[in-house]
Amino acid sequence: MEVQKTALYNYHKNLGAKFVPFAGYEMPIQYKDGIVKEHISTRTHAGFFDVSHMGQFFLEGDETLIESLEKIIPADLKNLKVNHSKYSFLLNNEGGIIDDLIITRTEKGFCIILNAACKENDIKQISQFLKKNHKHLLNNDLSLIALQGPKSVEILEKLIPGVANLKFMTGSNFEYEGENLYVTRSGYTGEDGFEISISNTKVEKLIDYLISNEVKPIGLGARDTLRLEAGLCLYGHDLNEKINPVEANLKWAIAKKRKEVGGFNGWEKIKNLLANGSEKIRVGIKPDGKVIARENTKIFSSDNNEIGFVTSGTFGPSVNAPVAMGYVKSEFSEIGTSIQLEVRGKKYGGKISELPFYKKSYVK
Amino acid sequence: MSEKKFSKKHEWVSLDGDVATVGITKHATEMLGDIVFVEVPEAGKAVEKEGQAAVVESTKAASDVYSPISGEITEGNKAIADDPGSVNTDPEGASWFFKLKIKDKGDYDSLMSKDEYDKFCKENPS
Repeated sequence: MEVQKTALYNYHKNLGAKFVPFAGYEMPIQYKDGIVKEHISTRTHAGFFDVSHMGQFFLEGDETLIESLEKIIPADLKNLKVNHSKYSFLLNNEGGIIDDLIITRTEKGFCIILNAACKENDIKQISQFLKKNHKHLLNNDLSLIALQGPKSVEILEKLIPGVANLKFMTGSNFEYEGENLYVTRSGYTGEDGFEISISNTKVEKLIDYLISNEVKPIGLGARDTLRLEAGLCLYGHDLNEKINPVEANLKWAIAKKRKEVGGFNGWEKIKNLLANGSEKIRVGIKPDGKVIARENTKIFSSDNNEIGFVTSGTFGPSVNAPVAMGYVKSEFSEIGTSIQLEVRGKKYGGKISELPFYKKSYVK
Repeated sequence: MSEKKFSKKHEWVSLDGDVATVGITKHATEMLGDIVFVEVPEAGKAVEKEGQAAVVESTKAASDVYSPISGEITEGNKAIADDPGSVNTDPEGASWFFKLKIKDKGDYDSLMSKDEYDKFCKENPS
């Protein structure tokens, strides 16, 4: 398959982006400033991220569309208000996570933001439950820009009046340059911010404006350190088809009503796990020293029994220390439990830590 | 102190009598990005030419640092382990990685000069 590029590819190039192949796309991993500076400027001012590689999947249909989607998504879609969003997942028959996603109720149906690497399979999986009168479209004519950081609201409000009224995980239509634009107050960095769905033809103009307001371009490298500090999962690393939401410590994302009534893929298994707990569970991990426990680092108990593995690990620029997430046997998951991390054949001390590592500042 | 020589794995070496000082090049730090962790060897450790001797990690990944010369480590630079970011600021000066007592000066002589190394980097862009 040919490598894909987002509408902003040349724009990134001119900004000095270093590209890497990611989920079939050539994506910027960093720009001239480097990951740490990009990370810090997002937390202290604002940064923009081109996340147009993610799938913007639109569904339309009558009320049977909700029934169809609820078979594979454990959110309470019936009671999801128009312009409100939820973090959720697609589940397989075993309750494993096919993908994690944000679903937003639109006037005519739903919009689901899907991970780039999963989007084609996701659509296949969702389609199994759709009826003939349900329309769906993966819209490749739209770019998706995340604007994140404390100054985001002030900067975007000047360009698109009204966005400041949005609360976290809600969205609305706005007009920009004579075109419709959909903005949600959301993101994946732990900061206040927005995701802007905008046509490929207008996106450069939006970015010009952001850059003129000192908003820095942020690559995938800093996106990873930001989301990890915020305790957020990265699909393909912290989540996969063999991990269910209870193990992933994401049971909060299964709607209360759905936990009681079920009726979604893997429900029997998840019901059982909700009642009895899972054998392993996702936790935050802080190494004691400076050593970085990266993905696949083995985790041992203080008495040297292997108890788990790291799924994401890096240096957290705002925490100013290494941070990680991983799975451990549930009896070792209590905050403060001493563990050992095997890095390059040597064991280093660490502790099970609260998540997030960096306090979120969403506008609720 | 002798002139600096360079390896294809982007280490530099300078020689003072039979003690060599080894670090990573500016070019290497530019490829790595922000350095956030460094592990240097303990004194007394024997290292082989092109053998793994230290570790450097950026926000992106961990990389091994090799010794371009065989010998016995006399000192690891604890200052860079405490402040890994200093490797980005002064890689070819204060932020050296380790010193070692060399076995064979031939190892040093076979390395590249500054000009040869610059040419090598140009021909082998990462």
